[in-house]
Amino acid sequence: MISRFANPARFMRLSATALPWCGWLTLAVVAVGLYLALVVAPPDYQQGESVRIMYVHVPAAWMALGVYLFIAVASGVALVWRHPLAEIAAGAAAPIGAAFTFVCLATGSLWGRPMWGAWWVWDARLTSVLVLFFLYLGYIALVNAFDEPSRGARAGSVLALVGVVNLPIIKFSVDWWNTLHQPASVMRLGGPRIDPSMLVPLLVMAVGFLLLFLTLLLLGMRAALNERKALALRLNSAPVPDRAARREGSVPAQSSTR
Amino acid sequence: MNGDVGRYLAMGGYAAFVWPAYGMALAVLGGLAWHSWRRYRASTVALEKLQREFRARR
Repeated sequence: MISRFANPARFMRLSATALPWCGWLTLAVVAVGLYLALVVAPPDYQQGESVRIMYVHVPAAWMALGVYLFIAVASGVALVWRHPLAEIAAGAAAPIGAAFTFVCLATGSLWGRPMWGAWWVWDARLTSVLVLFFLYLGYIALVNAFDEPSRGARAGSVLALVGVVNLPIIKFSVDWWNTLHQPASVMRLGGPRIDPSMLVPLLVMAVGFLLLFLTLLLLGMRAALNERKALALRLNSAPVPDRAARREGSVPAQSSTR
Repeated sequence: MNGDVGRYLAMGGYAAFVWPAYGMALAVLGGLAWHSWRRYRASTVALEKLQREFRARR
């Protein structure tokens, strides 16, 4: 069933229909989420209005972890079944995950300053998320370091799978070590320990971020498929002696338009 | 600024942290969305041009 939907031509057809829906739905849900977060949600009894940073910080953190998990699964599929769409999906998700991780770190810093009195502490949670950010950057650099896209993708897949060990470290860092960062209050055994007046805006923003991820993923995958197709066309239409020389390695392959 | 709007924008004294947090998130995610859209459009146009040339040559 996977291969039926994961055919690149079918993907281009389906995603062309899905893309505008995803895009407009993202804008609508994020707009509602921002209204709930900035206007409707009450100030915290201890943290006052600074708690509003949570509605960006926490969904960004969930996406930072979720997108990495997505990349790891796609990388596994790409390595085992050699499916071209899987490696394209992993590659397209990486910049989005890196952006969410950056937003998580930066908003956390802006929240930490008034609440903890420090922009940054080398606490287990903060440090492991910083490592996640560098994993994303390393993955992006590695994937783009090869002239041939599929070789870069294969190297990146191995890195992505090795880096998965960081995810449980991030999730449980607040339980395993004595951290300044608070433990989980939503995704915990026994249900969320947060009032609905704050939980609802938080979840709406999380759905908005998830939709944003889907939209940007479809855009990135379509762009990458276009670029690979263009590269193949250019190689096929190159004059024959030029092609032979390129195989010999004396003429560097034309770099893609990226 | 005065009255209700001013009080709202002051964010209970946390304006210097709340607004930069939202502004930064908007700039990063909005910038990525803009860049992704530009790259997608450029790749579509480039591919269509190549396909036209390819068909013309055959």
